[in-house]
Amino acid sequence: MNEILARLRLDYPQFNLDVDVSMPGRGVTALFGHSGSGKTSLLRCIAGLERAGRGELRFNGELWQAEKVFVPPHKRPIGYVFQEASLFSHLSALGNLEYAVKRAPRQVERPIAFDQAVELLGIGGLLERRPHQLSGGERQRVAIARALLIQPRLLLMDEPLAALDLPRKLEILPYLEGLKRELELPIIYVSHAADEVARLADYLVAMEDGRAVATGTLADTLSRLDFPLHLGEEAGVVLEGMVAERDREWKLARVIFDGGEVWLRDGGHAVHSEVRVRILARDISLAKERQQDSSIVNALPATVAQVTTDEHAGLALVRLEVKDPQTGECSFLVSRVTRRSAHLLGLAPGTPIWAQIKSVAVI
Amino acid sequence: MTFSPADLTAIWLTLKLATCVTLLLLLVGTPLAWWLANTHSRWKSPVSAVVALPIVLPPSVLGFYLLVFMGPNGPLGELTQALGLGVLPFTFSGLVLASVVYSLPFVVQPIQNAIEAFGQRPLEVAATLRAGPLDRFFSVVLPQARPGLLTAAVLGFAHTVGEFGVVLMIGGNIPGETQVVSVQIYDHVEALDYAGAHSLSLLMVVFSFVVLFALYAFNPRAVLGTGVK
Repeated sequence: MNEILARLRLDYPQFNLDVDVSMPGRGVTALFGHSGSGKTSLLRCIAGLERAGRGELRFNGELWQAEKVFVPPHKRPIGYVFQEASLFSHLSALGNLEYAVKRAPRQVERPIAFDQAVELLGIGGLLERRPHQLSGGERQRVAIARALLIQPRLLLMDEPLAALDLPRKLEILPYLEGLKRELELPIIYVSHAADEVARLADYLVAMEDGRAVATGTLADTLSRLDFPLHLGEEAGVVLEGMVAERDREWKLARVIFDGGEVWLRDGGHAVHSEVRVRILARDISLAKERQQDSSIVNALPATVAQVTTDEHAGLALVRLEVKDPQTGECSFLVSRVTRRSAHLLGLAPGTPIWAQIKSVAVI
Repeated sequence: MTFSPADLTAIWLTLKLATCVTLLLLLVGTPLAWWLANTHSRWKSPVSAVVALPIVLPPSVLGFYLLVFMGPNGPLGELTQALGLGVLPFTFSGLVLASVVYSLPFVVQPIQNAIEAFGQRPLEVAATLRAGPLDRFFSVVLPQARPGLLTAAVLGFAHTVGEFGVVLMIGGNIPGETQVVSVQIYDHVEALDYAGAHSLSLLMVVFSFVVLFALYAFNPRAVLGTGVK
């Protein structure tokens, strides 16, 4: 029963939320969608801050809401990180953390120690400061540490980076990844930013107009050509891989994933370390023959699985299967080419093709 | 500037009255302000209007009805008599009760404004940190509303010190029991003791100035006549 089941309806004059989703009770689940899609409302319903008129909500078998049941937010084992500064202004950073420590349940299986939370978020030097003496990024890190110290069994994060500028955002992302790596804490993460989702999420719930329009693992949902949200330039896949080799001379690293491998810039990751790579659809071009005299490093033999027209009628999205003939392991890539090229290459399901990858990013 | 023993008694009585009233007002006014700031009840408007009545009504009207209410045949009078407490008019307790009603808006409105100013967010945060409603009130509402509470206490105190009409209607002029400074000044003037009236009046002016000066220096956003938002 390791899952979160939400069957909720919320009726407002301007907006309806109507979802029926199941999310895994571990890892990072992203509620992804444009603003106004209902992702924050869904998160608030899960926290109990908003009371859905009808529906049912279960967390790992526990009933949080049903027709005659409503567990108030202060009795749910959650931590919540709000979008903008939410530190108590009458308390110092330390006071804010202690507010959580004092109220955390005593009986916890694997409690997060105060020092661990402080270290994970890198806020050791900030504890004496008042919220107004902290930068936006620092405030958000303290708020995340505070949410951890309440010893939640589910961490809810409502666009914790949205109010920050890019440098602050890049400052916090590694802390979030650390959180994910070090704690066995399921996280529901609301975001409208494809790059954050690609970096952090394992599971995706795509929201539109108050409905969940696609759910599934990140790799599955992002490689679907009928993915309902228009990602435009951000369309692309995310693959879980492992560093297999590092080439000292050319400063490149070989990353293997199910069904294939790519060479990319050596980012300093040790051999055998797990990395996540993102390949955007616009960065994959297609060729009938393997190009020998090209600067492109990565060319993978693939098979066309599906072809559709993109948002712009001049462009086509092509889903490609990359398969290891020995093991049968496979992954999917998405390429975006002009519709004319697709026609000239005669692309159709089953066509063998070379996927030339212009750029791969470790995220 | 000299004070007669009767003046000193009046000063002491006034301070005692204002202190009791202020404490009671904070006790009654804070939950009321909290309720007014958060409720969506249809009672919000009528209750707000009743709380604000003393700002617009002449003290004599307020005093008159309080007198009837607390008198031997009034509902409260019958209750206090049944409890063996006698009747409240022309006693210190009666004066305290009347002053609480009279100064209520000066306490409720600053607190309500402060609570409305910080909004729902800190309370939602506290709820996700496992703080129940009562815990939220003490750990978030009170500290966040502190400037409002301070303004409320100062205004409640000063307003009680400055009342006259209600005291005359409810308390009369009993030395040591209901004869407060404002009434004592009136007595001095009636007796053509202008020097005595001047001493006490000057004291009141200085006191009021110091209080208001401190209030504005401490909390520049405090608005007097705070009565109406």
